[in-house]
Amino acid sequence: MNSQTQQMLDKALKGPEFEKRVRRRNAKDTASKVGISVGGVGVILSVLLIMFFLLYVVLPLFAPATVNKSVEYAIPGSDSETTLYYGMDEYQETALRFTQSGRLFGFDVVQGKLISEDVLPLQGQTITSFSVISEMDNLLAFGLSSGGVLVAKYEYSVSYPNNVRTITPKVLFPFGEEAVELGTAEIEKLAVRKMDSDLVFAYAEKGSHEIKIKQFSTIESMLSDTISLEEGYSGSFVSEQASDWLLLDGSMRNLYVIDKTGQTSYYDIRDIESPQKVEQVQMLQGDETLSTVRFLLGDYSLMLGTSKGRVIQWFPVRGENNEFSLHEIRSFNVGDAPIHTIAIEKARKGFATTDASGAFNLFHSTAERHLNQTQVSDSSTGFVVISNRANGALVETGDGQLVHYLIDNQHPDVSVSSLWGKVWYEGYTEPDYVWQSSSASSDFEPKFSMMPLTFGTIKAALYSMLFAVPIAVLAAIFTAFFMDKKTRQWVKPSVELIEALPTVILGFLAGLWLAPYMEANLPGFFALLLVVPIGILAFGFAWSRLPEHIRLLVPVGKRAVLMIPVVFFLGWFALQLSAPIEDALFNGDMRHWLTFSAGIDFDQRNAMVIGFAMGFALIPTIFSVTEDAIYNVPSYLVNGSLALGASGWQTLVGVVLPTASPGIFSAIMLGFGRGVGETMIVLMASGNTPLMEVNLFEGLRTLSANLAVEMPEAAVDSSHYRVLFLSGLVLFIFTFIFNTLAEVVRQRMRRKYGSL
Amino acid sequence: MKDWFRKGEHWIWFSASTVSISMVLVFGLLGMIAYKGLIHFWPHEVYHVEVLHADGQKEIVVGELHDSKTKEVEDPTAENGHREMAQYLFKVGNRDVYGIDFRWINADEIVGGINELEQDVLVIERYEYGNVYGHIQSVSVDGQTISDKKQALKILQQQVEKGSRLHSEIRHIEKISIGEINYKIEGLRLEEKKLRANNAFDAQEEARLQAERSALQEEFDVQHASVQLLYKQADSLGQVTVEIAGGKQLVVPVKKIVHFWQPNNMTFAQEVGFFFNAVGNFLVDDPREANTEGGVFPAIVGTVTMVMLMAVFVTPMGVIAAIYMSEYAKEGTVLKMVRISINNLAGVPSIVFGIFGLGFFVYIMGSSIDELFYSYALPSPTFGSPGLLWASLTMALLTLPVVIVSTQEGLSRIPRALREGGLALGATKSETIMRIILPMTMPAIMTGLILAIARAAGEVAPLMLVGVVKLAPELPLDTIAPFVHLDRKFMHLGFHIYDVGFQSPNVEASQPLVYATSLLLVLVILSLNFGAITIRNKLREKYKSLDN
Repeated sequence: MNSQTQQMLDKALKGPEFEKRVRRRNAKDTASKVGISVGGVGVILSVLLIMFFLLYVVLPLFAPATVNKSVEYAIPGSDSETTLYYGMDEYQETALRFTQSGRLFGFDVVQGKLISEDVLPLQGQTITSFSVISEMDNLLAFGLSSGGVLVAKYEYSVSYPNNVRTITPKVLFPFGEEAVELGTAEIEKLAVRKMDSDLVFAYAEKGSHEIKIKQFSTIESMLSDTISLEEGYSGSFVSEQASDWLLLDGSMRNLYVIDKTGQTSYYDIRDIESPQKVEQVQMLQGDETLSTVRFLLGDYSLMLGTSKGRVIQWFPVRGENNEFSLHEIRSFNVGDAPIHTIAIEKARKGFATTDASGAFNLFHSTAERHLNQTQVSDSSTGFVVISNRANGALVETGDGQLVHYLIDNQHPDVSVSSLWGKVWYEGYTEPDYVWQSSSASSDFEPKFSMMPLTFGTIKAALYSMLFAVPIAVLAAIFTAFFMDKKTRQWVKPSVELIEALPTVILGFLAGLWLAPYMEANLPGFFALLLVVPIGILAFGFAWSRLPEHIRLLVPVGKRAVLMIPVVFFLGWFALQLSAPIEDALFNGDMRHWLTFSAGIDFDQRNAMVIGFAMGFALIPTIFSVTEDAIYNVPSYLVNGSLALGASGWQTLVGVVLPTASPGIFSAIMLGFGRGVGETMIVLMASGNTPLMEVNLFEGLRTLSANLAVEMPEAAVDSSHYRVLFLSGLVLFIFTFIFNTLAEVVRQRMRRKYGSL
Repeated sequence: MKDWFRKGEHWIWFSASTVSISMVLVFGLLGMIAYKGLIHFWPHEVYHVEVLHADGQKEIVVGELHDSKTKEVEDPTAENGHREMAQYLFKVGNRDVYGIDFRWINADEIVGGINELEQDVLVIERYEYGNVYGHIQSVSVDGQTISDKKQALKILQQQVEKGSRLHSEIRHIEKISIGEINYKIEGLRLEEKKLRANNAFDAQEEARLQAERSALQEEFDVQHASVQLLYKQADSLGQVTVEIAGGKQLVVPVKKIVHFWQPNNMTFAQEVGFFFNAVGNFLVDDPREANTEGGVFPAIVGTVTMVMLMAVFVTPMGVIAAIYMSEYAKEGTVLKMVRISINNLAGVPSIVFGIFGLGFFVYIMGSSIDELFYSYALPSPTFGSPGLLWASLTMALLTLPVVIVSTQEGLSRIPRALREGGLALGATKSETIMRIILPMTMPAIMTGLILAIARAAGEVAPLMLVGVVKLAPELPLDTIAPFVHLDRKFMHLGFHIYDVGFQSPNVEASQPLVYATSLLLVLVILSLNFGAITIRNKLREKYKSLDN
């Protein structure tokens, strides 16, 4: 090394420039370390974010309601009078109080200030009975001492003087300020319903056991806005029991006469002129008595409040012969004190109670949830009303105060029991698992049972495993153990090719080609199950009888190639048998035979189509992992066994499979996990009917397909939206567990092989 | 025989056969898609069939034979009350006259079988109402009517060529030039809204915007006038009169004709030419008639744009995470669990990523972005509704495990000696990684990326929630800045298959197209996969030699 070089080297490796470079390089190194670490952790966290985000969306479903006191003041107007009704506007700014004496007090909800005072046009009569015609429309009926009924409607008008929203409560009289004259005697009990142009009054006059029913038609005047009434049918019957409550349901078909002891007579008044008594039931036992009775939203379910602090729900259920009878559906334990009032929500099946202990309780009926309990006063609580959007309530207390509460109650309609248990919905004959998230009618109650979807998911996965596992595992065994290297080189990628096929294509073929083809050749597909194995067996045996020089033409390792035309022929042959079998066994049409002779429902897009199509998609997953597991079994184990004289198959069963069994298990787990989550195939080929039938020939709906169908339409943050996220979470956890199990088993196996 | 069973020979035959079954299924399926997809482009022969209806009426049906099936029919004379009968599906076209273009005809009613070709039949594909099948009667151009058939065909050919040139010119102006003007005008409207929201909309700004607007309006008027002129030219291309089956005369204006052919008079070479022409049109045309006819160009563009954008997101994310995990992170239980989680993520159903994308990206991030930056455009959402950006981000998350796993595999294959060598020569860790290890891992990263692209191209379920639509008015990729429009919805080949196959009003008409689209998608994905496999194999060989 000459001195010049030495000098240059010294200059490069020492001195300030060198130091600077080293510092720069070190800084760069640290920077990239920090950068990569932050980035790497960030990516990993964002991956984990998925799970937490799902949880974050789902959790509010199970949060209890919060009830916050907004303000308390003396009941506006005179507190000595009984309140009949409160009408409250949408924004919870004003309310209108209707009292027993027919006075109307409009007041500011926030401040408790009176803003208007009025009187109903009673013309000197007194109010002797009261009935809410429609809670949604705030339509009320007042039975008068003269035998008339005054119909009134609460409304409010919104105006913007000086750009400030001002709400004025008011009362309208849709049928005029004159009372509808039903008779001349004092009306003691009253039930009124209106549907379309029908108005039906059921009433009892004072001192009489006779219940009278009168129907009127509303006639809209062409010239003015007034509506006049025209009397139509009328009928009556004599009640055999005391009538403390008279209730007419929303369909105007069922009339209930109930007394304090819980004795109930149920009448069918579809034909008003001749009411039929359907049954008489005793709703309570022992010394428990009724303290209040009303309908739930939809005016179908009876909600009974008792003296022992229970709320019981009853509704008529259709029996086998189309006859109806009242059934106790569920009950809620509120406390020990007698229930005073039950108030209902106007858009959901929720209700609130007040009782003698001064508590205010919030429930949801179908979800069977007790959402909140608030102690309003020390004495007792009285009349209660829930605001239109169920975000507030007005509660009267026994000591003359009115309390306004703000309620946050987003998802009362979902609970563990409504998601996973059987729920008895109105109109159903028995408790059932139902998924029905939307409907055309407005007073429809969404039904979110995860059971049909979970069932459909597992059904689809199991039927496809039934097809995929035998084929994939056996094929993997042959490929890994018997096949020669050259054939294996193209067989393995070919099977794995299926994994790359977009499932939308498989779904399209399954739905539009396979499903109709299978429907037309159903017996052929069953013949496949019989003909193909028997054919293979026969061919194999025949092959073993062939002279040796022919047999040696195809070594064991190439048998798969030899069998391709055989299998092809057998498949074709089996499908050709379809028509003859159909003629011989099923009277020419198997589908027809199934439906009418065997009583099995048949859908074109059914679980069998799914089984074939999705099973096909699962083959590569199972095949690939199984094949690896068997291929990796150490060769000296195999050689040892073969050397001891075991046949190829005996070695396989005795030595290879036991060693590889964890791998095969994990392959099946992985396959199942994939089957559970597969979306497009089931979406396109399953018919998407949320049924709970094991029937091979019926459709199904899986969690994943349901997400694809309903997610785009679900309103953000609605119960529906969150329930859909819950089903996403279920899918996520399901597959996560299966995959982790498979992965852990596989890693264990790897360690075991390492020691072998 | 007992011995044969005892040795388990039958099981060997069974297992061998399952391999054969898999092979038959795989190649049968691919073959079917290929056949049904390609046949769509081949010129179908047009048959002449005489049909005798049950009520004694005779009818001539002229059309392409598309399908056949057997159906159970009630027949009191048969042994068990019903029998099988063949039915044939004919494409008879002329939808504006017949109402339907496909009809099933019972074999019983066909007189003399289906073996007679309709001589000299002319098939005209139109922009609306599907095909016309009939015999040319005359062509009239500029008031002149040519009735000589040979002459008429020649003139028709010239006119149709002129027509398609005009058509593409019109389309170009309407889509590109006028589209750009509209885009700019919309931009001005939003700018005004934005200025108003910031209280910065003064007279000066108003004048500026007004000036720009009127400039654009002028430009628009010019373009509009030229389009109108072209339309007039198209109107004067004349018309052709065709006699369709049943003797009715049908007049087709030349401007409505896409192209025409005489399938029964074609030579084989002409048929091949027709085939390739049809394939070409399929790839570059816009869909027509509610996606059941025409091409899939927007779906191809949408798929490619989405996938490329996804690759832009997923590559750095995946590579950085993989380098962190294998080079920087401490080995331990936590890392093991993270590895398992990432592996598992590959098995999480894609629809779960879809709802995550919708709930998190669209509803939370998208609405936040809208509120922060695009509040002037509200309530119409910019990023707060499904679109290209969210779709590609969702797909990036979905394919992230593929890239991470593949990169990690590549990193672990690099011999330790190389790392140590780098460090021993004085390179810092980051230099070793950047200069030595990453370049050597490149093929593994490419493999992962290609596999990710293949997966993303075929995945449909999550896209249905985060941005795919059946018919997008504009392409997500165009010549107007910023070229890639992240907020736009797009079309996708996979969704196209689902939509046309299942949501289309005319299932029979759309099926051939769905097969063709499927074939295209399969070809794209298989070639991507083969590419990945080839790279992987090359890579393995390379490191085998390094190990020694």
